Amino acid sequence: MKTIGYIIQKEFRQIFRNKAMLPLIFILPIIQLVILSNAATFEVKNIKFSYIDNDRTSTSRALIDKFNASEYFNVIKDFPSQAVASSAMLKGEVDVVLEIPQYFDRDLLKEKHSNLAVTINAIDGAAAGVENVYINQILQQFNKSLQVQFNQSPQVTDRPVNIITIPSFWYNETLNYKTFMVPGILVLLVTMITLFLSGMNIVREKEIGTLEQINVTPIKKSQFIIGKLFPFWVLGMALLTMGLVIAKLIFDVPMVGSMAVMYFYTSIYILVVLGIGLFISNFTETQQQAMFISWFFIVIFILMSGLFTPIASMPKWAQIITDFNPIKYFVEVMRMVMLKGSSLTDILPQLLKTLLYAILMNGLAVWSYKKTN
Amino acid sequence: MKRFIGFIKKEFYHIFRDKRSLFILFGMPIAQILLFGFAITNEINNVDIAILDHSKDATTKEIIHRISSSKYFSVQEFISTEKDIEFAFKKGKVKAVLNFEEGFSEKLIKDGNATIQIITDATDPNTANTISNFTNAILQKYQQEMNKGITVPYQIVPQTRMVYNPELKSVFMFVPGVMTIILMLVSAMMTSISITREKELGTMEILLVSPLKPFQVITGKVVPYIFLSVVNAVIIIIMSIYIFKMPVQGSLFLLGVESVLFIITSLALGILISTVSATQQTAMMISLMGLMLPVILLSGFIFPITSMPVPLQVISNIIPAKWFIIIIKAIMLKGVGLSFIWKETLILSSMTLFFMGLSIRKYKIRLE
Repeated sequence: MKTIGYIIQKEFRQIFRNKAMLPLIFILPIIQLVILSNAATFEVKNIKFSYIDNDRTSTSRALIDKFNASEYFNVIKDFPSQAVASSAMLKGEVDVVLEIPQYFDRDLLKEKHSNLAVTINAIDGAAAGVENVYINQILQQFNKSLQVQFNQSPQVTDRPVNIITIPSFWYNETLNYKTFMVPGILVLLVTMITLFLSGMNIVREKEIGTLEQINVTPIKKSQFIIGKLFPFWVLGMALLTMGLVIAKLIFDVPMVGSMAVMYFYTSIYILVVLGIGLFISNFTETQQQAMFISWFFIVIFILMSGLFTPIASMPKWAQIITDFNPIKYFVEVMRMVMLKGSSLTDILPQLLKTLLYAILMNGLAVWSYKKTN
Repeated sequence: MKRFIGFIKKEFYHIFRDKRSLFILFGMPIAQILLFGFAITNEINNVDIAILDHSKDATTKEIIHRISSSKYFSVQEFISTEKDIEFAFKKGKVKAVLNFEEGFSEKLIKDGNATIQIITDATDPNTANTISNFTNAILQKYQQEMNKGITVPYQIVPQTRMVYNPELKSVFMFVPGVMTIILMLVSAMMTSISITREKELGTMEILLVSPLKPFQVITGKVVPYIFLSVVNAVIIIIMSIYIFKMPVQGSLFLLGVESVLFIITSLALGILISTVSATQQTAMMISLMGLMLPVILLSGFIFPITSMPVPLQVISNIIPAKWFIIIIKAIMLKGVGLSFIWKETLILSSMTLFFMGLSIRKYKIRLE
């Protein structure tokens, strides 16, 4: 016990002695949490809207005013011809071009029907889909107002049926994106810091040559590993606490669930990450190699965690891969507990899988660590 | 010059000797682009939902059938009371519950309207909103079919054309992004680490007392990595064309030149990182912790920049990846030439010069 105490002391000293690292460990993640949580939103706003009005009547102007009034569209240009509009779209100056044909007004009055050409930049397919929905909504409203204006409510021989839908958004009525992202980004930062530090730690001693010195001391394998990992476990928990305080104070993220459940889960989760880091450390010769491997896994873990893009939309084989992603479980648990107030029994499946993962990874790490070369 | 070539040779030996790093350097980007190109999408499909049907009549059955046969939803369970909704949400089993009121068919025929409540788990606001929109679209279509024969006057019908990506494939959005992230991180990480490594191991001292000028030392370090990154970029471009069927509407040559420019920008950033850090650990933490999330989040790779708050839109301008993503998409999907992207190219070039200039000023030729 005393031996472990000394190793832990040594590790903490090394961490706090390195003045260049301290801000990277404590300040950088916090700044990123505060700034980047604002960036992650799939809302489609400020759509760069432009139009070509070949009709120039009060009806066509009224239609454009509708787009002007919408919170989603920024009307930025009025093009004289399709050619100019296309070139602006190539330059990326506009996203949507609405072309109002000549005789738009006349056709509408005479034939009670008129066409419009809409061109949407669809490189971001999902955003283009949403833009299309918004445009249709505005046109539908406009159609209705025209019917009222010309005093022509739908001629009913048979009364049309109408299905009314009432959307109700639970847990987040205002559809605030930040409450969704802050817990997720916090998870990433805790994971990245603990994985990078633990992954580089032992291999650094190897590379500098101090590991040999430790190996010839009577310190036991398990003592050494516990002594190495405990400080990072503390670091991870400290980061989580700082992040939660910020989530509450700056972002006002609701914390419906029990803190105890959250901390209990995190304490096990960090063990998984440390186990992975240690395992990487054992199998590499230089810090460079260790870093590349940690980088490889962390990018996969991040992008396949369901944090930014939905897992349910991935192909089946990819969904199976995500089952091996510890970040996925942590993100799920944080969101469930913080936002929905899920209890320990609700998160039991995730907890058990994480625990199993922790045992497996740490077992492998201890087994693969050799005191002799 | 001969000395310089000898130095570059040494660097290549270092790299090729370390088989494991070499394998990682080429294997990982390939694995990642394959994985992400196929797996990542911001479309919303197969959402698990539950049904709470209080009337269980022909109309509700038909609506449920239509909803479950769409690709957007998969009906996981039928629940019988309002209480079960909360339970299902807390377990995280379903994302939405459709609640049909009692006597649905009857009300629809007698009163002309009936109500469905769409209850969504809005902890994920985007999915919640999309579920609500998709359900409405399905219901509206059904309603139109029921109302056939009743014509509505004064209709403006839009004819929509989706340009550059008519099938709305999300691959077109993500492959350029993944390519950028891989090139950026690999290049910045490799150079920063390889330079600080010499510092940490003490061999930098030897290089400094050698007749090579500091400028030559740094260039010599970077040249092999330019070579490696270009090979990486070529592999990635070939894969995106043949495996992901990305079109190259514009000039392949221009794409190559721009890629080299971006690689040099990233390498310059790597050099800058190495001049401010004393150990490999610090260099890695800066290039990984400092670059990874900002590059993923602020480059427009996943989240549209125009929707961000204004201060963040301003910050996004200093992320080189943002400009490169604009360039790749413009060349590959829109097929434009240099006259359309000279501004972005100029920005990337000035960033490169800025990073290099700063590194030269910060580079210390003495040891502390």
